[in-house]
Amino acid sequence: MAPTRDRRPGFSRRAQYSLFLTYILAIAGAVVGAVLLALSTFNPPAFAALRATVREVTTPVSSGISAVFGVVSGVPDAIGSYFHVRTENEALRAEVKRTRAALTQAQIIVRDNRRLRGLLKLRDGDAAPVVTARIVSSSASSTRRYGVLNAGSWQGVREGQPVRGPDGLLGRIVETGPNTARVLLLTDPDSIVPVRRIGDGMPALAAGRGDGMVDIRSVDTGDAKLRPGDRFVTSGTGGIYAPGVLVARVVRAGSDTAPAQPYARPDTFDFALVSAAFVPPPPPARPQPPKTRR
Amino acid sequence: MSAESRKPFEATLPAGRARAIPWLTVMAGSLVTVAPFGATLGLLPPCGLLMLLAWRLLAPLALRRWVPPLLGLFDDLVSGQPLGSAMVLWTLTFFLVDLFDQRTMFRDFWQDWLIAAAAIAMCLAGGRIVATPLTAHVDAVLVIQIVVSILVFPLAARIVAWIDRKRAVE
Repeated sequence: MAPTRDRRPGFSRRAQYSLFLTYILAIAGAVVGAVLLALSTFNPPAFAALRATVREVTTPVSSGISAVFGVVSGVPDAIGSYFHVRTENEALRAEVKRTRAALTQAQIIVRDNRRLRGLLKLRDGDAAPVVTARIVSSSASSTRRYGVLNAGSWQGVREGQPVRGPDGLLGRIVETGPNTARVLLLTDPDSIVPVRRIGDGMPALAAGRGDGMVDIRSVDTGDAKLRPGDRFVTSGTGGIYAPGVLVARVVRAGSDTAPAQPYARPDTFDFALVSAAFVPPPPPARPQPPKTRR
Repeated sequence: MSAESRKPFEATLPAGRARAIPWLTVMAGSLVTVAPFGATLGLLPPCGLLMLLAWRLLAPLALRRWVPPLLGLFDDLVSGQPLGSAMVLWTLTFFLVDLFDQRTMFRDFWQDWLIAAAAIAMCLAGGRIVATPLTAHVDAVLVIQIVVSILVFPLAARIVAWIDRKRAVE
């Protein structure tokens, strides 16, 4: 039967009014949504408590599934390694023999370095690790790049602390709940990390692109040639990120701006190390001007 | 539809539970983002939206018209989008489908799929505009995500049809 043009649900006044009311409620809900959207656009951390509440419930589920997944996916690996263990053992023994000399050399250099730094009275702002956790899920259906960490304020995680994986920097904490935290990943379009190039120390900014890469933007005034393979580490400028953590490797040549591939991949189920926010050492005190006589 | 698939004297679901099931399936769709994989790219289809569209198109009376803001609020809390975006966009989606309802006489699944495709594209593009600065390089990924979501819609429709067959008629 073809639908009638008349959209009234019958002759009942009650049915007509209740249908009308549902539309009013829907429009009211959309208006509330628009207000919430405006609030959260101008003040992103708003409603963090609401999100944290939901996260507290969902994160244990993610952690549980992740653990099961890890065990199951580890089985083929374990079988493979059982058969390769002998050849691997021989290779490793040979490698130890080869690198022993280099190791001794490195130990001497480390000792020298420590002694010289002591002479220079350099203070190393070594950020203390807060907790080791895992990133258990991410905003996979959104254009934003957030991860959920299964450790929160009860473990000492605070907003603004940097998170690094075994390969390099992952991002920083933006919201914390009692047992969970939200991580703004390095590749999020809103993330900016001050970096410098390994080798010549050229300062730059690593800004997230949203497509799994970061843009390296030079902040030097002179022309900066970025070549494929240039590696960048955090510079520690402005605090938060402790210096010397690997960030990204340039993939295409560019002047001033070039896309780079981050070292840390959030899609590997690996550990994430949260460190205390880096506070740069204060600038040396200026010499007091000599007191003027009256 | 549902009366035929049930055995003759099988008890129907209580009305409250029959009303709650569409809500629960949409929320379950939103919760797919809880799955433990850290995505480098946002390619996962918005499963909550797909379930909502499937309910709206296949069983128009299953969800009342004031439901999308509430379900959208829940989706925003777990999806990583700014709070309120799905509340607005999902309600607009319902009104969009209402518009099509007025203009089409008879509808096949193909037309439903086409309407769902338009709604998915609108929601994902709208979500991208409100969530991410326009300079971000996410548009290629977004197009792929829209295509994947449109292709996944029949699956959501199948799931909803299967659940709806089990559900009692009121």
